[in-house]
Amino acid sequence: MNQTWVQIAYLVAAVCFILALKGLSSPKYARRGNLIGAFGAVLAVVVTLVAEPLDHMVLILVAIVIGSAFGVPAARSVAMTAMPQLVALFNGVGGAAAAIVAIVEFLSSGQNESTGTLAASVFTVLVGSVSFSGSVVTFLKLQGLITSRPVVFPGMQVLLPLTAVAALVLGVLVLTTTSTAIVFALAAVSLLLGVLFVLPVGGADVPIVISLLNAFTGLTVAASGFVLDNVLLLVAGTLVGASGTLLTRLMAQAMGRPLLGTLFGAFSGESTLGGGQASERPVKSLGPADVAVMLAYAERVVIVPGYGLAVAQAQGALKELVDLLGERGVEVSYGIHPVAGRMPGHMNVLLAEASVPYEQLKEMDEINPDLPSTDVALVVGANDVVNPAARNPGTPISGMPIINVDQAQAVVFLKRSMRPGFAGIDNELLYDAKTQLLFGDAKDSLTKTVTALKSL
Amino acid sequence: MNDVGLLTVFVLSIFVGFEVVSKVSTILHTPLMSGANAIHGVILVGAIIVTGHADTNAELWLGLAAVVLATVNMVGGFVVTDRMLEMFRGKRAPAKGSDA
Repeated sequence: MNQTWVQIAYLVAAVCFILALKGLSSPKYARRGNLIGAFGAVLAVVVTLVAEPLDHMVLILVAIVIGSAFGVPAARSVAMTAMPQLVALFNGVGGAAAAIVAIVEFLSSGQNESTGTLAASVFTVLVGSVSFSGSVVTFLKLQGLITSRPVVFPGMQVLLPLTAVAALVLGVLVLTTTSTAIVFALAAVSLLLGVLFVLPVGGADVPIVISLLNAFTGLTVAASGFVLDNVLLLVAGTLVGASGTLLTRLMAQAMGRPLLGTLFGAFSGESTLGGGQASERPVKSLGPADVAVMLAYAERVVIVPGYGLAVAQAQGALKELVDLLGERGVEVSYGIHPVAGRMPGHMNVLLAEASVPYEQLKEMDEINPDLPSTDVALVVGANDVVNPAARNPGTPISGMPIINVDQAQAVVFLKRSMRPGFAGIDNELLYDAKTQLLFGDAKDSLTKTVTALKSL
Repeated sequence: MNDVGLLTVFVLSIFVGFEVVSKVSTILHTPLMSGANAIHGVILVGAIIVTGHADTNAELWLGLAAVVLATVNMVGGFVVTDRMLEMFRGKRAPAKGSDA
């Protein structure tokens, strides 16, 4: 297995992965980078299949075909709104694969391994299982199959650390006894740990957990590299682990809260969990024609999109509106909050799908100074990311930086209902004197506004 | 490779990992997460190796399950990332009229 050319092929694949991540740092080279990464992965797999003395070749090839038959159609057909949960699911199966690889390697040669290698196996089984069950729970939350709110039940504060300790004890027992039964017990307890770990995370924090679990899976793959003495797995896993950790930190910073608060906040009541009750207070609503007039005679318009835009698949209609306004000489830009939507950068992906030039997309820090001189802020299906309650202490989203639409001359919300946002807290801005609401599906509302605008 | 050699590669890779994504713009957070996700699908290589060396039925079937799962991760991950990035096809002229 250690033929030089195999090692060189692995080196090439590792370089491909580095180039892939590097390319993903800039929109210009991102797609090419991803293709380079895919090439590296395929190269590594083909070289392994050809160069390794392998039994069961036919079964392995059949398994690869089956995996592709699941993965490719799922990736091809998924709607943009369902992207986050699909990524979570792919991450989960990767974690499961790493855990299983470690278990199989343990079954075949666990008795003869050094303690260091065994420790890497234990790590892979533990973290891989957590990543799998955690990702499945994340998937269920995002898919709406279970509530997206934090789930905390009595005794959970005790059960979670207890399960974590149990997993660690079982891990140590594996090292000392090398017993097969204990490895399976470790996997089972770790699966439970993953569920308990993710259940209390809710609200807008779910995307951060996806990123964290992604980093976890990366580290298990790196540990598998130790176990199998495979440099490629080591490098690829470590790259993902390091970049995933960094990305998770960036996202937690964007939420204005430390990572630990994100993960365990539900236990101290600090998570992004609100009452979820719609208020009965009066609001001013208006029709599409009024919105069209307001926008047409504004000089500066800032559009703040949120998850509602994704749900309604309204990005095309939104772009049409913006183009029409542009023709009338209105200066329009998009204000993109880093955690708008269900994963970081979700809005950018969505708007890019509608061919919005990314130069029009302004990040939060870039757009905020412009808002006092903005005539109309049009909030499309967003809520928490513009909620001024974040500036006051004691609310679930306190400290989260927001887009200051309340500083614009007028604010128009396109909303489906008065239901609060993902974080479940009421938005004072909705009742403000300068705020007006257009109720309805975002796509429907935007299409009607476009029609009204054309007839002006 | 000996353990210290592997450790060296591990530590250096951490620095490379941090370095390459440290300047990523928020525009690309989602594709980056998805792309990194696809990369760890290379565990498929590990799955193939352990399956190819399986001696018992239990090892074989567990290994094959790992191959299926890892393939889903890797292939699906790259395809879904490509689909996202297809939308960032670089600069467009500020579109006029209705090309949406």
